Amino acid sequence: MATVGSVASVALRRQYVPMSRRGPITRLLEDERRLAFCLMLPTVVLLCLFIAYPFFNGILLAVTDTRVGVPGHFVGMENFVKIWNDNIFRIAVWNTCLYTFVTTVFKLALGLWLALLLNRHFRGKAFMRAFILLPFIIPTVLSTFAWKWMFDPTFSVLNWMLFHAGIIHTRINWLGDPVMAMVSVIIVNVWRGVPFYAISLLAGLQTISPELHEAAAIDGAHAWARFRHVTWPLLLPVTLVIVLFSVIQTFADFQLVYVLTGGGPANATQLFATYAYQLGIGTGLLSQGAAISLAIFPILLLVVIVQLVYIRRAETL
Amino acid sequence: MIEGAPWRRWVFFYVPVTAFVVSLLFPFYWMVITTLRPDNELYRPWSASNYAPFWTTHPTFEHVRDLLTETLFTTWMLNTMLISLAATAISLFCGVLAGYALSRLKFPFAGSIGTAIFITYLVPQTLLFIPLADIIRNFRLGDSPWALILTYPTFLIPFCTWLLMGYFKSIPKELEECARIDGAPRWKAMVYIIFPVAVPGILSAGIFAFTLSWNEFIYALVFLSSPEQKTVPVGVTSELVRGDVFFWGELMAGALLGSVPVAFVYSFFVEYYVSGITGSVKG
Repeated sequence: MATVGSVASVALRRQYVPMSRRGPITRLLEDERRLAFCLMLPTVVLLCLFIAYPFFNGILLAVTDTRVGVPGHFVGMENFVKIWNDNIFRIAVWNTCLYTFVTTVFKLALGLWLALLLNRHFRGKAFMRAFILLPFIIPTVLSTFAWKWMFDPTFSVLNWMLFHAGIIHTRINWLGDPVMAMVSVIIVNVWRGVPFYAISLLAGLQTISPELHEAAAIDGAHAWARFRHVTWPLLLPVTLVIVLFSVIQTFADFQLVYVLTGGGPANATQLFATYAYQLGIGTGLLSQGAAISLAIFPILLLVVIVQLVYIRRAETL
Repeated sequence: MIEGAPWRRWVFFYVPVTAFVVSLLFPFYWMVITTLRPDNELYRPWSASNYAPFWTTHPTFEHVRDLLTETLFTTWMLNTMLISLAATAISLFCGVLAGYALSRLKFPFAGSIGTAIFITYLVPQTLLFIPLADIIRNFRLGDSPWALILTYPTFLIPFCTWLLMGYFKSIPKELEECARIDGAPRWKAMVYIIFPVAVPGILSAGIFAFTLSWNEFIYALVFLSSPEQKTVPVGVTSELVRGDVFFWGELMAGALLGSVPVAFVYSFFVEYYVSGITGSVKG
């Protein structure tokens, strides 16, 4: 590092100008606080304008009765009372929780399995790792269309495969049946999420020193015991952070359900976000839509706080 | 490798790995085969006796041609490219400066600003799209690429800042101090000494930001209305489906071609991309 530093400073020495002859801006920026202020300015302005302002605007919208093109009046908590008594909203809350829970469990289990498989030396590993990430990087909407086509009741290749494997005897109505629609949405989400879990967990696995495994093996620990008492505790902090990110994304998921089922059949796959879209943009009831998407916030906050506390504790162990 | 008999290696390694790879990649194979399949083969029920799912004897580029000549697909590609590049550039600019300030400089409220940025990182787009749509309308930005160029950075900047903060922290302080002792002003030490060393981190943040903006859906769906302004994901969803009729050949061709730029960027920078993922998680 010393060589890099000295080479770089030699390059700069040629440009050396005494302090007194430097421009006024350079002199102003020499103050740490002023420089920091200038550096933070673009970020803070953009985030205030397009995150903080809409957030408060959303709260204002939610306590009025605004529709598209109709300025609203203050109505207090009426919108929240309305959505609380709304059956579809309750279904959406339940669906969102179910969807988040089930997909997270599967993504974590399968992702961990895949990461453990990839954490070995074999030929073509780099190549395989690159291909495995494809479901995660290809735009969700586009890959979801491929799934929608695979789930098509009349032309479904999945039905053909299951039928010829002897698993089913009649067709499965993937997206038309309320239960199967939820199952289909979950399958696609898991398919898209597993690579992310696997690659992140793989990075975590690679930081675990192989000597720990060797020591455990010498002490007579079998593969399962080594995983349970060496790998898992060391991987826990990384896992918790990955789960935190994934839970937030899944909880607020929109595009996958929008393309696959549109929330149907009969709201069987309706989530927070799809319902907010349907009311706020579809029907133009802006303030009710805003109230619904704001309702995500306290739940999200709770999840985040619980997980952050848990992460803290796992890190200090 | 797995110790013991060869059958163990098959059961615990080859079979599960193959199963994972096949199921993760099958939908992409299905996109390709659907694109190349002529319509009369495409719309043949799966229960028909001559249903041949995995190959086609009469490959055709009809769907790709239709997509490129009879729809606005090329316009959507250009729109998405422009919006993604502009949003990525803005986010990198802000993210690099903020990341440097937060990791290297001491100033009042540094800690709370850092926490605030981390919290915005966790705010999903679906929480804000309705009030944002209102604001976009008030700023008269609706139905123009600017609506997206200015709003995409809101979810890209927190990510870039967070990733780059971690990266800047890993660069030894002495590097900068050397230059400062030699008389370089603060901002020059930052621009000429630290930023060049941070190029790999900036590259991963940029690639990640580019793919995230290419992937974004709900803002594009809500803020844009005329067909010529749309991005690829929204255009494919709204214009290639008319009423209840899905043009599956064109849809799959669109899905395939629409993924090409992201896959292309990704294939060149896999390592940077992977370090972006892991960096974003490590925080």
